[in-house]
Amino acid sequence: MTRSRAMLPYVVWMTIFIVVPLFLVIYYAFTTRDANGTALTLANFQRAFQPIYLKVLARSLKLAVFSTAVCLLLGYPVALIMAGKAFSRKSTIMLLFVIPMWMNFLLRTYAWLTLLERNGALNQLLSRIGLPTLNILYTDYAVILGMVYNFLPFMILPIYSVLSKIDQGVIEAASDLGANKLVVFLRVVLPLSLPGVVSGIIMVFMPALTTFVISRLLGGGQYTLVGNLIEQQFLVVGDWGFGSAISMVLIVLILISMAVMSFFEKGEEGATLW
Amino acid sequence: MVKFLQRTYVFLIFAFLYLPIAVLIALSFNASRSRGTWGGFTLQWYVELFQDRVIMNSLYTTLLIGACSALVATMIGTAAAIGIHNARGWQRRLVMNLTYIPVLNPEIVTGISLMILFVFSKVQFGYMTLLLAHITFNIPYVILSVLPKLRQLNSNLYEAALDLGAEPWYAFWRVILPEIMPGVVTGLLLAFTLSIDDFVISFFTTGSGVSTLSITVYSMARRGINPKLNALSTIMFTAVLLLLVIVNVRQAREERKGRKENEQQEVGFRIIGTVDAAGIDPERVQQEAGNPLRI
Repeated sequence: MTRSRAMLPYVVWMTIFIVVPLFLVIYYAFTTRDANGTALTLANFQRAFQPIYLKVLARSLKLAVFSTAVCLLLGYPVALIMAGKAFSRKSTIMLLFVIPMWMNFLLRTYAWLTLLERNGALNQLLSRIGLPTLNILYTDYAVILGMVYNFLPFMILPIYSVLSKIDQGVIEAASDLGANKLVVFLRVVLPLSLPGVVSGIIMVFMPALTTFVISRLLGGGQYTLVGNLIEQQFLVVGDWGFGSAISMVLIVLILISMAVMSFFEKGEEGATLW
Repeated sequence: MVKFLQRTYVFLIFAFLYLPIAVLIALSFNASRSRGTWGGFTLQWYVELFQDRVIMNSLYTTLLIGACSALVATMIGTAAAIGIHNARGWQRRLVMNLTYIPVLNPEIVTGISLMILFVFSKVQFGYMTLLLAHITFNIPYVILSVLPKLRQLNSNLYEAALDLGAEPWYAFWRVILPEIMPGVVTGLLLAFTLSIDDFVISFFTTGSGVSTLSITVYSMARRGINPKLNALSTIMFTAVLLLLVIVNVRQAREERKGRKENEQQEVGFRIIGTVDAAGIDPERVQQEAGNPLRI
């Protein structure tokens, strides 16, 4: 079919602006430049695995895992309730989860800056009702809170989407065969919802692992996650080789976590990497 | 009782999601500069907001880049979707995988890789680089919006048009395009919204003196609280709300029309369609790819 030629401009565009740049990242990661010219090297990667940078990586992973877990714990019940019979007009209510996500990401994060401040709205409220004030701005907790706030809908929506597609007949069959509610949930609903859970985890974990905005705004100036490290290397320090190496480590990390996740999803219509 | 508990829980989550926004909106009308105390109603911050040259300039840049990149991305993306729809075998798989790279790649990596490219090819950083970057990350979303419409399309329609004597181009213009138009419009809106919302990629690809709203917000927020940002948030939230209502009314009408064929194309899909605006949607990725794909 000659009509497949219509994708030619697109292929050219993506080659120039996606494929070539990725190869440039790889190129910079594996080379070093000095007065004598360019040479192949592994120094950038050796540096990336120094304890100080491993610590940054570990911290990013820790925060991303933690906020993903919080999102899952908060989000799964929401999806379950929404898929059940508690609400009519489900589509309207589901839309309410989407609306905050459409407000500018930075403004959403900025909102927490206002709330969490020492004299911010939250502390005013707490002191008015006689509770001790909370000073979590510029700590891990604020960063996690920012991540959960920004990414929670990403967890709810895919799980809801899978749960609402479950054939009610299967659930009825299980109860007819004598399973109680808990067993139905553990043996029928939960396994069937796993693809949604996997999607949700990936959709929360990825941005949480790579963000540099939330950590910068809510974690304060000194706060470093792997995203901040990359940003600094490119915009402040100017060490592209090292920055590229860390970016590659980050990509590999993401690929590994996706592979791990897809392992849990096996059995669902052919185990694709996703 | 169970129902009551369930509703309460969902309500609490809504409170968590909306309270920060509500507080911002309330504070945007607060005459007192300090957050804790209510100093009376004022529109002062809105006046100051509209007088702020930096913010107004970046608003202009944001809208300009958003509109231009959405238009170009829609043209390239729609053509690409038609190509992909008609392609088979390895070609199709290759191009689909190409499509998922920017969707799945961390934004920061897309950002720095484009920055390296632009420095490497000695392009002056500014409007041009910003526009090129935005078009790049927008195209895949246009493709993902148009492809489903193409799949619903009755392939006999095009053949019929040709049999009746239409030139291929004419048949595309008068038969195919009107049929897939809803997908094209969704793609256009999606691209526009994504472009407006983007921060990370813009941050790495813009030049001095050119900044989008997101970049301006970032640099202002880094310096601390600013009442003008509250006013800006309020306006943007209202704008988004309006836009979403329009889009959903459109889609609801569309759905009613198409209900006969796909009875069970349930709500979830519409919402998910909106979701990938804000990020990735592995679920659709999964459906689309059907083969192992990687970065």
